[in-house]
Amino acid sequence: MEAIPALEPVLEVVDLKKWFPGVKANDGVNLTVHAGEVHAILGENGAGKSTLMKVIYGLLEPTSGEIRLFGQPVHFRSPRDAILAGIGMVHQHFMLIPALTVAENVVLGDEPGGVRFDRREAVRRVRELSERYGLAIDPNAKVGDLTVGLQQRVEILKAFYRKARVLILDEPTALLTPQETRELFNIIRALKAEGVPVLFISHKLDEVLEISDRVTVMRAGKTVETLETKGATPQMLANLMVGREVVLRVEKPPMEAGSPVLEVRHLRVRSADRHERVKGVSLTVRRGEILGIAGIDGNGQFELADAIAGLLRAEAGQIVLDGRDITHLSPAERTQLGIAYVPQDRQLDGLVLSFDLADNMILRDFRRPPFSRRGILNRRAAESCAKRLIEAFDVRPPDFRRKASELSGGNQQKVILAREVSRDPLVLLAAQPTRGLDVGAIEGVHRQLVRLRNEGKAVLLISLELDEILSLSDRIAVMHDGEIVGVVDGAEATREQLGLMMTGRRAKEGTA
Amino acid sequence: MKALQSILLPVAASLVAIAIGAILVAALGYNPVSVYGSLISGAFGSLGNLGNTLTASLPLIIIGLGIALSFQSGLFNIGADGQYWIGATAAVWVGYHFTSLPGWLHMLLCLAAGMVAGALWAGVIPGLTKAFVGAHEVITTMMMSYIAILFARYLIEGGPMQEKGYIPQSPLIASNTQFPYFTQGFARSQLSPISMLIAALAVLAAWFLLYKTTLGFSLRSVGLNPRAAKYAGIRVKLYIIIALALSGLFAGLAGAVQMLGVDHQLLDGFSSNYGYTAIVVALLARNNPLAVVISGLFFGALTTGGQNMQIVSNVPASLTNVLTGLIIFFVGCERIIPQVIGWYRRRRSARAQTPAS
Amino acid sequence: MIFSNPEIWALTLSMAIPLALPAVGGTFSERTGVVNIAMEGIMLIGAFFGVAFSYWTGNAWVGLFAAIVCGALTALALAWGAIHVSADQTVLGMGINIFAAGLTTFLLNTLFGYNGTPVNTPKLPSVSIPGLDHIPYIGVIFTNQSVLVYVGIVLIFLSHWFLFSTRLGLRMRSVGENPLAADTLGIPVWRLRYLGVVLSGVFSAIGGAYLSIGILNGFTSNMTSGRGYIALAAMIFGKWTPLGSFGAALIFGFSTALGIVLQGHGVSSNILQMIPYALTILALTGLIGRSTPPAADGIPYEPRR
Repeated sequence: MEAIPALEPVLEVVDLKKWFPGVKANDGVNLTVHAGEVHAILGENGAGKSTLMKVIYGLLEPTSGEIRLFGQPVHFRSPRDAILAGIGMVHQHFMLIPALTVAENVVLGDEPGGVRFDRREAVRRVRELSERYGLAIDPNAKVGDLTVGLQQRVEILKAFYRKARVLILDEPTALLTPQETRELFNIIRALKAEGVPVLFISHKLDEVLEISDRVTVMRAGKTVETLETKGATPQMLANLMVGREVVLRVEKPPMEAGSPVLEVRHLRVRSADRHERVKGVSLTVRRGEILGIAGIDGNGQFELADAIAGLLRAEAGQIVLDGRDITHLSPAERTQLGIAYVPQDRQLDGLVLSFDLADNMILRDFRRPPFSRRGILNRRAAESCAKRLIEAFDVRPPDFRRKASELSGGNQQKVILAREVSRDPLVLLAAQPTRGLDVGAIEGVHRQLVRLRNEGKAVLLISLELDEILSLSDRIAVMHDGEIVGVVDGAEATREQLGLMMTGRRAKEGTA
Repeated sequence: MKALQSILLPVAASLVAIAIGAILVAALGYNPVSVYGSLISGAFGSLGNLGNTLTASLPLIIIGLGIALSFQSGLFNIGADGQYWIGATAAVWVGYHFTSLPGWLHMLLCLAAGMVAGALWAGVIPGLTKAFVGAHEVITTMMMSYIAILFARYLIEGGPMQEKGYIPQSPLIASNTQFPYFTQGFARSQLSPISMLIAALAVLAAWFLLYKTTLGFSLRSVGLNPRAAKYAGIRVKLYIIIALALSGLFAGLAGAVQMLGVDHQLLDGFSSNYGYTAIVVALLARNNPLAVVISGLFFGALTTGGQNMQIVSNVPASLTNVLTGLIIFFVGCERIIPQVIGWYRRRRSARAQTPAS
Repeated sequence: MIFSNPEIWALTLSMAIPLALPAVGGTFSERTGVVNIAMEGIMLIGAFFGVAFSYWTGNAWVGLFAAIVCGALTALALAWGAIHVSADQTVLGMGINIFAAGLTTFLLNTLFGYNGTPVNTPKLPSVSIPGLDHIPYIGVIFTNQSVLVYVGIVLIFLSHWFLFSTRLGLRMRSVGENPLAADTLGIPVWRLRYLGVVLSGVFSAIGGAYLSIGILNGFTSNMTSGRGYIALAAMIFGKWTPLGSFGAALIFGFSTALGIVLQGHGVSSNILQMIPYALTILALTGLIGRSTPPAADGIPYEPRR
């Protein structure tokens, strides 16, 4: 690979827009990556980073705007085009085949040999590449047996096997241990010395400050600003990331928070892929308060909610509800004791889409009177309950015979909320309760949550929307990398402060 | 619209299959009208024929109920044939033992034996392996089906259930367990009012279970969305086992009914394919217990009609299998309808809109 | 002792081939990600049309060729439904099995009457391998076997080499494990899946033809008697590899051969015939090592643009 003269623009994105029906994922992105630089893209969830990546990589086509490679405009119709042009992408979720070996994964699609697969040559080439770039790996190992850090190296090798001119890393450290992260950074520095430009997408401030030369901050689909990392402070970047708009808070009468009703003590939880996502979390939720959990997606907050609801096992620690240890109880038992859950993915986890509204309303309680007696369903009771709740929560269309799949997202969420709230729970866990809803529906949900709190119930609100957290919460806990970084009072918290904490900086005050 | 679509599809699939069948027989030199005519008259032409049609339909309906139940729970029980035969074997065994019992009690015991045997055959190995190890029930139930048939063969070919003599067959069940036939009306057939009664009860039981009980609610939830079911506190593993066991119970009941009502013993060379045809019955009925009755009658008619067609029109009865296979293939391809509609709609809207600059 | 008669080994091989061939074909289909339970039906199609064309043209090799073509066409229908329509692959497979059973019996009776296929239908030659057939004891295995046995063995080894040592084989396997990853690398997912399914049809058809014009010279209704399903079991037991499937088929073939030889020796053949099925269930429970299918097996791939 010939060295590229420094400071020549390698990749340029000019006023890129990608619109989907209903959402403008990218709405004016401008970016320039020079040869030999490590350029970071920083932004919250929903800022448009992953859409931008998919467009650059050829998985999506832009609505308007231009991408230039070495000054020439390019138009990718598929990832294959992008690869051929020299875009090397290391995805956040690896595009690897666990059953095949490292060498097979790297050369797939461009294998050496004629009819026969020249495995020896493939191994040789991979070995050569890995030595050249300092990516030590065994070409004959099965990818499925490798650690995450090593799998990432295979992805990087894939890019260089195809003669990538620019390397794009999408949230590369999300799944790495600190040690593996250090090794990755060494690799990035080595690449930089070779003149290879690296585009590094992240939400982790510390890493961006450490490794990048310049950083571009994105927010709400637009690029906000590009600055030299040298002169930037964490505060500056955090502000750019979360913006400075004034927050309109919901009318909340001051409440004296009551006695603790839900306590989590040193909880550790593994997700389905065996990674530890909650690393020793302790918090308390009191009666009559809304505790908001802020954080960037992927830092363990949803696994925390699942664990409290009983859907994920606690590896260590305790969950105590109203003085009772529920750590090892089943979800059904926890429901009976007073936990209500509005799950993050309402269509996947909260509703049975093919059931009608009445059946969905009784989904949690169908085994108890009045909805059934001795095993026989009482449809009439379900219907009258559904009618009542539909009216109270203004579900449209107000027909309990409709299938849940026929409702809009907002109305589906109303159904779930109605179901959970009407059970008069002790604690309501609400994960992303206003995701995908329009302004009016959001208002309605917020009103319900505050109403619960005013009635003396406890609400644990997990949301990726800082505005929502700020406007609703009495106290705010921030999660980063599976731990509570700090807890602040809801009335006094600011976006800047929270933004900083969300990237890992510990707050000095408060305990959960 | 949805309801209309769900009836339209099986009917459309059947019509296309019938049309293809007509082309096939025409190509071989037969007159399709007279061929299908002899099929229909064989099925419905006389009271005797109608009785035979009903007799052939009953096991299809009962097994079909069980398969519909398993489908609604998200499981493919394709080993119903084996569960049917295990039920039949158990019923026969009980049938020629315990002869001192009063008739009605003896009958009930036979039916119960059939149901228990079928339930265990599906619920234990396929059920447990699916629930705990994720073993695909398509293969486990199919394997158990072959084992069941081989086991039944073993029992009557030199095994403990063989009647004395050289012919591989079991003893006849006690006469007080054999279902009485109609003396008038359907008298020329092997139809028994008791079989019809049992089938009707089975239909009602399946419908009631599925739509009116908490058990059915749990099963359907697991079938439609196991994750939401888990969130709702339903123990998914348990209901997988229950679903398979219930499915086998119905198949076993069908076997028992057939033994008590028609065959009265296990004979060598038995084969029925009821279990496989019942899968088509359930699919065509879109797993609705009430529709299974109609679907079962349809395929029962195909069976008896086919036999008549063979005699009268000289067209082999296996034509009905050709039709059945085509129907199931087309029903399986149902997704093509929304795909075609979506494709058509996209073309219309693409032509109507001008792309944004 | 039964083992003193080497005929049992020859019989084992002969009984294994009609299991091994469809099983190997199945590995092609499933390795690209399409579940194929229609092997029983395609075997019947191959068996019938092999006989029919053999009789009509007077040449058994033409019959074999016709069997392959018909098998491939049937597989094409399955492939279209599974890949283009994303229909449920199990339902489609069952449909084909029932259709094929009906069609072959129907055509048998309409074209050849109720007396079965004519007795003077030519069949494929049986040969012995010179040299090998004179080895004491084992030589019997290579004596007077249908030529398809030797062709079949060659095909099996060729298939294993193809799947694991060629570039195309590597790509096919990648499509069955992670079609999205393969697609991003420019590998044509749908085209390779069609290839896999059609190959499985070809192999199943040859297996069926072996039964009708290989060891016999006629077709009887439902003559495959479930071999297609046992082949499925052999494929799973063989961990989705051609050589593994062959090994499993040999085990199953041995149990069949044993049943034939033991007849009259006290052990019921029905009990012996249960062994392959019981073994399969055992394999699925993971008690005899984990048998995991290709990761994307049975899941239709719909590229989103």
